[in-house]
Amino acid sequence: MIEYALLFAAGCYGIALLMDLWRIVLGPDSADRILALDTMVINVIALLVLYGVWRGTEVYFEAAMLIAMVGFVSTVAYCRYILRGDIIE
Amino acid sequence: MPFVVELLIAIALVISGIFGLVGSFGLIKLKDTVQRLHAPTKATTLGVGGVLVASMIYFFAKTGNVSIHELMITVFLFLTAPITANFIAKAYLAKNTKPDELPGASGDFGWSIYDDPPGSDKAG
Repeated sequence: MIEYALLFAAGCYGIALLMDLWRIVLGPDSADRILALDTMVINVIALLVLYGVWRGTEVYFEAAMLIAMVGFVSTVAYCRYILRGDIIE
Repeated sequence: MPFVVELLIAIALVISGIFGLVGSFGLIKLKDTVQRLHAPTKATTLGVGGVLVASMIYFFAKTGNVSIHELMITVFLFLTAPITANFIAKAYLAKNTKPDELPGASGDFGWSIYDDPPGSDKAG
């Protein structure tokens, strides 16, 4: 039963990634694109954790933690660049 | 693994998958940038929280000891989601509104997207 639930959740997050990609292609404003990129990072974290449960190893949690940190920092850097024209003042 | 635990994990996974899908569907469905901020920052964060809860239950049932990694990821995501939403809203405001379109700031200092932070040399 867990296998089917894992497949369902992975399918949901895969479709969600495609929707985020569609928003990146379409998005009229750069804030939309930053938001879609941030959502893609969060979806990829979910996919990594799902893959870790599927394989039964805890190795992938460190990768998920690192991707969460890098995704947050990159989002803040994009926004700061738009806000101030400079990332580190 | 007992049936009840499997059922619990499966329910958490299905609910979190639906929440993640709803978050990204809202991202393409809603019609304004500020409206679009709502869907991913709330629904997707909750969806990832559900995945991590399912993973915690799974590894607790499998190995018998509580793994703290998932809790760390959950806390980190729940802490950073409002900050990124605030930053994206500020970036949108800074690009798309003029200072005279906004109501006056109630404090001693102006809006943070136009003025320098209090305490810096260029403030005021």
